[in-house]
Amino acid sequence: MAALAPAPQAVQGDESHLPKAHSWRQWLDREAWRKTIIAIPYLWLLFFFIAPFLIVLAISAGTSQVGIPPVIWKSTFPFGTLDNYVFLTQDDIYWQGYLNSLRNAAISTFFALLIGYPMALGIARASSTWRNVLLLLVILPFWTSFLLRVYAWIGLLGNTSWFNRGLTSILATFFPFWVTGDHIQMMNTNFAVVLGIVYSYLPFMILPLYATLEKLDRTLDEAAMDLGSKPWEVFRDITLPLSLPGIIAGAMLVFIPATGEYVIPSLMGRGDSPMIGRVLADEFFQNRDWPVASAVAVALLAVLVIPIMIYNFFQAREARRSAS
Amino acid sequence: MKRRPYFLIFALIFGYAFFYVPIASMIFYSFNKSRLATVWGGFSTEWYGKLLDNQQVLDAAWLSLRIAFVSATVATILGTMAGMALARFARFRGRTLFSGLVSAPLVMPEVITGISLVLFFIALNGMIGWPTRGFTTITLAHITFSLSYVTVVVQSRLASMDRAVEEAAMDLGSKPLRVLFDVTLPIIAPAIIAGWLLSFTLSLDDVVITAFTNGPGSTTLPLYIFSKVRLGVTPDMNALATIIVVLVGSGVAIAGWIMHRADKKRERDVQMAIAANK
Amino acid sequence: MDVDTKPPGSESGDKPWLDQKAKPFIRIDGVTKKFGEFTAVDNVSLDIFKGELFALLGGSGCGKTTLLRMLAGFETPTAGRLFLDGQDMTELPPYERPANMMFQSYALFPHMTVEKNVGYGLKHEALTDAQRKDRVKELLDLVQLTPLAGRKPHQLSGGQRQRVALARALAKRPKVLLLDEPLGALDKKLREQTQFELINIQYKLGVTFIVVTHDQEEAMTLATRIAVMDRGLIRQIGTPTEIYEFPRTRFVADFIGSINIFDGEVKSVAKNKVTVAAPALGADVIVEHTGTMPAPGAKVSIAVRPEKIAIERKEPGADATGNTIAGKVIDLGYFGKDSLYRVKLPSGTMVRVNAVNSRRADENERVAVWEDNVWLTFAPSSVIILTE
Ligand SMILES: Nc1ncnc2c1ncn2[C@@H]1O[C@H](COP(=O)(O)OP(=O)(O)O)[C@@H](O)[C@H]1O
Ligand SMILES: [Mg+2]
Repeated sequence: MAALAPAPQAVQGDESHLPKAHSWRQWLDREAWRKTIIAIPYLWLLFFFIAPFLIVLAISAGTSQVGIPPVIWKSTFPFGTLDNYVFLTQDDIYWQGYLNSLRNAAISTFFALLIGYPMALGIARASSTWRNVLLLLVILPFWTSFLLRVYAWIGLLGNTSWFNRGLTSILATFFPFWVTGDHIQMMNTNFAVVLGIVYSYLPFMILPLYATLEKLDRTLDEAAMDLGSKPWEVFRDITLPLSLPGIIAGAMLVFIPATGEYVIPSLMGRGDSPMIGRVLADEFFQNRDWPVASAVAVALLAVLVIPIMIYNFFQAREARRSAS
Repeated sequence: MKRRPYFLIFALIFGYAFFYVPIASMIFYSFNKSRLATVWGGFSTEWYGKLLDNQQVLDAAWLSLRIAFVSATVATILGTMAGMALARFARFRGRTLFSGLVSAPLVMPEVITGISLVLFFIALNGMIGWPTRGFTTITLAHITFSLSYVTVVVQSRLASMDRAVEEAAMDLGSKPLRVLFDVTLPIIAPAIIAGWLLSFTLSLDDVVITAFTNGPGSTTLPLYIFSKVRLGVTPDMNALATIIVVLVGSGVAIAGWIMHRADKKRERDVQMAIAANK
Repeated sequence: MDVDTKPPGSESGDKPWLDQKAKPFIRIDGVTKKFGEFTAVDNVSLDIFKGELFALLGGSGCGKTTLLRMLAGFETPTAGRLFLDGQDMTELPPYERPANMMFQSYALFPHMTVEKNVGYGLKHEALTDAQRKDRVKELLDLVQLTPLAGRKPHQLSGGQRQRVALARALAKRPKVLLLDEPLGALDKKLREQTQFELINIQYKLGVTFIVVTHDQEEAMTLATRIAVMDRGLIRQIGTPTEIYEFPRTRFVADFIGSINIFDGEVKSVAKNKVTVAAPALGADVIVEHTGTMPAPGAKVSIAVRPEKIAIERKEPGADATGNTIAGKVIDLGYFGKDSLYRVKLPSGTMVRVNAVNSRRADENERVAVWEDNVWLTFAPSSVIILTE
C-alpha cells in the first residue's frame, strides 16, 4: 500500500496523532458495549434455559429412589437408562395422556380458528377508529389474569348457573328428544377443557391473523372482483391463501401451549383421563417420581418439535419477507 | 359497491360476547349476598369486606407484587439488551441459537419450563447452596420467561425505527454509547414501558411455573386462587377475581390509552414539523 | 401502422363524436361522487364511443381514479347514471360488468404465477380447459411473456408486471378496458416504448380503452380524445390538437404544455379580427378569431404558446405581418434541439419563447444571448382569446 501510493503525511493506520487518554472509554465505545449487550441476556438464557433442560434430560435417564435426591444413576457407562421412556409406552395413562392432549389441542385450535378468523377479518376491515377499540378489547383479556378468566367460565358452566340453566331450557325447547333434565353436565368434561382452551388462547389466534390480514392489499380483492369473482370467491382465491402465514402462526401459538396445558384440564377436565400436562404434574408432585416426570417432559417436547419447527420456519420467512 | 359485511359484524359481536360475558357474570355475582355462588340472593358488598380481613390473601398478594416488580424490572433490562442485539447486530457468533433461545420460551409448554427449572434449582442448590426455593427461585423463573416477551416487543419497535436517526447522531459526532442513551433509548421508551408492564402482569398471573418453583411458605396470589378454585366457585373468590380483573384491566387500558395518545402526539408533531419546513 | 384501415368497431368513421346520430358506447350522465362533504367527482357527463382510446387527464387528486372506479363498479355514484352499450350499469356489481380494469399498482396476485394471473378471470367464463389454455397462450404471446409464464410476480421487472396486468385485464375480452395510470410506474424510456405498444394492442383488438393519466404528453400520444379534469369537473373534451391549439379556458391552456397568458381588453371587433389592448405587452394585439365574438370593452385573456413566437435580433421591416414587440433576453435555456428564452418587456412582463435550433452554431453565433435586445413576432392566428 505504502509502496504503491506513498502518503505525503501520516501513513494510514498510524494513530499516534490521536489523543491517548481515555483509551478504555474508546474501547467501551467501540466494542465493549456491543459485547455486553449480547453477552448478558445470552448467558442468562444459557444458564436458566439450556442448563435446566440438560438437567431434565439427565434425570430422565436416571432411576428413582427413595431418598435425597430421589434419583440415582448407574455407576458404569453409559450411566443412564431408557427404562423411563420404555415405561411411558407401557402404561395406558401416558400414551392416553398424550393422545388426549393432542386431540383436545387440535379441536381447540380448530375452533379458535373458526371463531378467530372472522373476528380478525372484521377488525382488519373496520374503520381505523373502530379498529383500535376492537384490538384493545382483544388484547385486554390477554393481559388480565388467565387463571381468573378460566375461573369465570367455571362459574358459567356449573350445573346451577344461569348460563347452564338457560342453555338447557333453550336446547330442551328445540331438541326435546336430546336434552332432558334441568341442566347439562358441562364441567369436568372434554367440552369444558376445549372451551377453556379456546377462550384462553383466542387472542393468540386473533393477533397474528389480524397482523397478516391487515397488511393485505385490498386492491387485490378489487382486481379479483373485477375479473368476475363474487365476494366469497374473492375470499377463497385471494384472502384465504394470502393469510396462510397468519393462520399457521395463530394455529401453532394455540396448539403448542394447549398440548402442554395444565391449569385448564386440572380445573375443568375429567379426572379419569387427564391430559399429559396434568400427568406430568401429578408424577412430579404426587408420586415424586422425578425420572418419569422428566421423561414425560422430554417426550412431550419431542412430540411438539415438529409444530415448533413449522412455527419457527414461517416466522423466519415472514421476518425475511418484511426485511426485504 | 359497499355492502355491509353482516357476517363479520355478527362474528365480532359473538366473539366479544364470548370474551366478556363470563367476566361480566363473575363481576355481577361478586355482589351476591348468597353463600351459594351461583344463586342470586340480593345485593351485598360483604365479600369484599371479608377479603380485607383475610391475612392469607393479603400476604399472597404482597408476595406476588414484590416478585412481579423485581422480575419485571430485571426482565426488562435483559430483554431490552436482547432486543437490541437481535435488531441491531445482524451478525455475531451464535446469533441463530440466541434468537432461538429468545423465542423458545414463548411457545414452550409451561409444564416443561417449570419442571426443568425446579430440577435445575434443586441441583444448583445441592452444589453451591443457592438458590433457596421460594421468592428467589420464583423470581428467577419469572425473569426467564418474561425476558422473551420484552425482547419481542423491543425488537419490533427497533425494527420499525428509522436507523437514519442514529446514523445522523453518529455523523454529528456522538459515540455509540452516547447515541444509545441520547437517541435510541428515548425513542424505544414506549416499547420498554410496555415490556415492563407485560412482564409485570405475566408474573402476577403465572400459575404453572410458580407452582413448580415455589417453596414452603411462598404462596403467591395465583397459587392461592388456584388451590381455592379447585374446590369450586365461591362468592369471596368472585370478589377477589373482580378486584384483580378490574384493577389490571383498567390499569392496562389506561396505560394503553396514554401510550396511544403519546404516539399520536408524536406523529402530529412530526407532521407539523414537516409542514413547517415546507 | 396501417393508416388506411379504419379501427375495427368504429362504423361512423374516424371521428364518431362529430356524428350527431352516432350512439355513444359508454355514457356517463351527470355523475357525482361525494366522500362525506368532499366532492371528488362533480356532475360529470361524457360520451365515449366504441373503439376510442379515451384519456382522462388531470392533476393528482382531481378525481380521475374515482371516476374510473365508478365505471369499474368499486364506487357507487352519489348521483347520476352510467350506461354501457345502452345498458344501465350504475347498480351492477364489479363482477357482473363487462369492463375490466388495469390497476395503477397492477394488483397482481402474488401467490399465483403469470399464467394463473392471466387465466384467473377465465375461471368464470363458460370455456373448456383447452379454450382457456389457448386464450392464456394467445394473451401471453400478445404481450410477449410466454417464456415467463411460470414465474411469480415478484420475479418480474416493472415492465413485465405491467404487461401481465394488461394481459390479465384483456383476458375476458371486456367491452371496455379501464387503465389507471398504466405507465405511471415505469421509467421514461420504457414508458415511451410502452405507449406505442399499448396503442398497437388497442388497435389490434378494437377494445374501447379509457386511460387515466396525469401526464399530458402521454395523453396526447395515446388518446383519440382527452377530457381534462380539474377538482372533480371536466374542463374540456377534445382531440389532442383541439385541447392544445384551441383551449377554451385559462386552466386548460395553462395545464397543457407551456403558454404565455396576458390580461387585456377588447378594443374593436371586425370580421374574424379582434383587436385587444394588452397593457403588459405595451401594444395592441391583433387576434384572428372565429366563433362567438367578444364584445368591445370585454375583459379577456390572450394566450400565445412559446413556440409560436419568433425571436430575432434585428427589427423586422415595416412590411412585416403579425404582432411585434421588443424586449431583452434575461434567461436562456439550451436543450440541444431547441432553446427557451425568457424575454423581459419594457413593462416588466416576462415572455417565454421557444425556438428550434435549426442551424448548427456555436455559442457566439446563436440567435440571441443574454442581455440581447430582441424583437418578438407572432401571427394573429397564433393568439388564443380566453374568455373564462
Ligand atoms: N375512499 C375515499 N374516501 C375519501 N376520500 C377519497 C376516497 N377516494 C378518493 N378520495 C379523495 O377524492 C379525491 C380524488 O381522488 P382520486 O380520484 O384518487 O384522484 P386522482 O385524480 O389523483 O386519481 C382526492 O382528494 C382523494 O383524497
Ligand atoms: Mg389516481
